[in-house]
Amino acid sequence: MLMLLEKLGTAVLALLMYLGRLGLFLGQALLLIFIPPLKVRRLIRQMHFIGARSLLVITLTGLFAGMVLALQGYYTLRRFGSEAFLGPAVAISLITELGPVLSALMVTGRAGSALAAEIGIMRITEQIDALEVMALNPLRYLAVPNLLAGTIVMPLLGALFDVVGIYGGYLIGVQLLGVSSGTYFNGIANAVDLSDVTTGLYKSLTFGLLISLICCFKGYYAGHGAEGVSKATTEAVVFSSVTILVMDYFLNSVLL
Amino acid sequence: MLYKRFGSQVVLNGLSLAIERGEILAVVGRSGTGKSVFLKHLVGLLRPDSGQVLVDGEDMNRARGRRLARIRERFGMLFQGGALFDSLTVGENVAFPLREKTRMAAAEIREVVTEMLHSVGLKDVENKYPDELSGGMRKRVALARALAHHPEIMLFDEPTTGLDPVLVRAIHQLIYDTQAQFGHTAVVVSHEIPQIFEIASRVALLHNGVIVEIATPEAFQRSTNPVVQQLITGQIEGPLQAM
Repeated sequence: MLMLLEKLGTAVLALLMYLGRLGLFLGQALLLIFIPPLKVRRLIRQMHFIGARSLLVITLTGLFAGMVLALQGYYTLRRFGSEAFLGPAVAISLITELGPVLSALMVTGRAGSALAAEIGIMRITEQIDALEVMALNPLRYLAVPNLLAGTIVMPLLGALFDVVGIYGGYLIGVQLLGVSSGTYFNGIANAVDLSDVTTGLYKSLTFGLLISLICCFKGYYAGHGAEGVSKATTEAVVFSSVTILVMDYFLNSVLL
Repeated sequence: MLYKRFGSQVVLNGLSLAIERGEILAVVGRSGTGKSVFLKHLVGLLRPDSGQVLVDGEDMNRARGRRLARIRERFGMLFQGGALFDSLTVGENVAFPLREKTRMAAAEIREVVTEMLHSVGLKDVENKYPDELSGGMRKRVALARALAHHPEIMLFDEPTTGLDPVLVRAIHQLIYDTQAQFGHTAVVVSHEIPQIFEIASRVALLHNGVIVEIATPEAFQRSTNPVVQQLITGQIEGPLQAM
């Protein structure tokens, strides 16, 4: 019994220390955003890396997510004679839910893992130590540009996902299954309001910040050797993905 | 007196050492005795469990923020693997501390980069990336980067690991020449016995978490301390456990 309590206590302490370290990491990085100099070149580079280089995967997943939604939605709505609501169903699902969540998961897999690995390699090859010895704050070079880049590009990628997804829904719903084009697009225009868009926007902003934070943090505190980097990368992807889904629930509770 | 342990493993066990200004101090000892840990304490990359690292009277471990940065600006460090930024070219690597820490103009920085690379025996490598260089060249570039802002104290963490004997001697010569040229204090953690004796002003032996011998290279080699003698002769039998 005592041993069980001891193990439980150790685990809780470890969790608290982990959360404390994560909080300090985020706090310091956020503070550094407002203390110049901002590494603009690195910020642009990271926006390109996280954003521009994710365009293909976001376009592809957005297109097929929209197509599947339209296909599923059409046959479900037809049972109730409500095919006319296909456009709004596809658009609202994408804008408020699937766009932010799926695009965030895709970015986690494509850019987040690479981010964690890159920073992890810098850790084990002492490049981060070298920055410290130069009296430079590594967070300014590694965390700040990534946190900003993730937060800026994620809503843009989410928006692209939505637009491409709606077009994918159009291809299936209108071109394949025969819903009228006017019904599809007018339905979207009438049903989607600003609160749907802002819900999606807030989610994307939050997910962008979280992905960058978790992946940078995991890489920054990577363990020793190749195994340490591989573990950090895996944990970064798993933790980011789980956090996205958990946070999605809480954001829905607040925003909807 | 520095104390440091990692879990149950005691690495520094009351280490006490004074480093003289302008000397080349070689710290030797068996692998895994904590030489690199000691070096990282000097520049505040690791903090001791207890004890002080005093740099001209300023306690490195109590310093935070700008004060710590100000002390660190006095240091340069050559890491075991070089620690060059692999996404930057050689030129950008050497220029990095100057670009980030000084207000020098770009042309002036370019000039210093060329001069520093020249002083470590390299030319026409500015546009290469670190992974296009040999191990010895990477060490030289890392040395040029560390020296670029003319530090008062240079730390060398096993600067010759993995290099052939000719390169070992070349890097040692470079450490000696650059110290003579720039006048900094140098602390060299090394396994290269007896080659390190050729350039060191003093040699310190780290064993069981403390400095057990510190002397000029000549006196060090004459020491009757069995640990020193075993390390110099490389015999398996003796106070140092082989495995």
